[in-house]
Amino acid sequence: MIINPITDGIVLDHIQAGKGMELYHILGLDELECAVAIIKNANSVKMGKKDIIKIDQVIDLNLDVLGYIDQGITVNIIQNGKRIKHGHLELPEQVEGVITCKNPRCITTTETTLPQVFRLTDREQGVYRCIYCEARAK
Amino acid sequence: MNHLIDILTFTVEEINQLINTSLDIIENPEKYSEKCKGKKIATLFFEPSTRTRLSFEAAMLELGGSVLGFSEASSSSASKGETVSDTAQVVGCYADIIAMRHPKEGAPYAASLHSPVPIINAGDGGHNHPTQTLADLLTIKREKGRLDNLTIGFCGDLKFGRTVHSLLQAMCRYENIKFVFISPDELKIPDYLRQDVLDKKGIPYVETANLEDVLPQLDILYMTRVQQERFFNEADYIRLKDSYILTAEKMTLAKPDMAVLHPLPRVNEIAVEVDQDPRACYFKQVMNGKIIRMALIMKLLEVE
Repeated sequence: MIINPITDGIVLDHIQAGKGMELYHILGLDELECAVAIIKNANSVKMGKKDIIKIDQVIDLNLDVLGYIDQGITVNIIQNGKRIKHGHLELPEQVEGVITCKNPRCITTTETTLPQVFRLTDREQGVYRCIYCEARAK
Repeated sequence: MNHLIDILTFTVEEINQLINTSLDIIENPEKYSEKCKGKKIATLFFEPSTRTRLSFEAAMLELGGSVLGFSEASSSSASKGETVSDTAQVVGCYADIIAMRHPKEGAPYAASLHSPVPIINAGDGGHNHPTQTLADLLTIKREKGRLDNLTIGFCGDLKFGRTVHSLLQAMCRYENIKFVFISPDELKIPDYLRQDVLDKKGIPYVETANLEDVLPQLDILYMTRVQQERFFNEADYIRLKDSYILTAEKMTLAKPDMAVLHPLPRVNEIAVEVDQDPRACYFKQVMNGKIIRMALIMKLLEVE
């Protein structure tokens, strides 16, 4: 299978196999006008199988969301056919609109217009808690 | 602007200042009788709690201020679907400070995000109750003369007991504190306290279901009520409500200077006969609660 290299855009590499489509929706890539390729189950020396997403345009990606979902993802920014930036992700201090609080006693269950914000409380364990009720993200 | 949402909002130094102000109020009440003249507190109680509301109102009245508010959600705009944030912004136009109790966890925090006046969390669901903790800390300080080097037993409903959660977090900041948690399996302390607070800070604790076995070790016994309003299932409540009852006979096992605290109201978890024991401090706690709320109101209003 051949997918042409992109000239200006973003390549998300080393996505855990099977997670590509989920990321596509979470990042709102379905709303883009430009070409987006999702490569599933690509061979990987490091991972065995991996997913890759290629976006044919440089967009403002929410790296916090990416970092929360999978810190193993590599983000490559391509300009004029050359990789100008290459980085790994970290767990963000805070994520908004990605996790929904499951605590039935939380204020967000009745006031649904409140933003769903979770804060990192334990970086080693990757624990996020609701900023309102402190329930752990599940 | 300062709010009090969680007891950890305040540093240990700030809590010490509140305790020192409280001790001065006890010594010189007349000095404080007009400190908040012309100021108003709004007590927004979306869930009934007569004693906490009256404590805030009495505190403001003793400072020379005035009070307004409501005592149940049905008499507020919440019944029309107003958010707590909007309520705080509206009431902030009428009052200088707000004390809010709400059955939903995190409601006072949500209210504080856009409030034009300081918000005090007067209890949010089973989550936090920081002003009760201030009352507890003042009581411990007055009864034991210190806030460090203590073994503290918490007994009863440790899962939904917000007073337990707040006091536990506050006491973790003092030297050489040990905890003993006495509860049935179903009402143990939440994981977030065990993992994020106790384990992370390496604070020693024991979990047990037997009160008599651990009573001799305790400097403080903090009793709690199993709260019916926190259960979705009435059968579970009925099964657990009488798990622990402190009696005069059990008190013979305790140290002669152990202090018994309870956030009140009690149902039957402390037998009335224990009230005569000089170690029973729960009614003193009520008085201490009013006094430290006076100190808190002054601090948040930046009244010198």
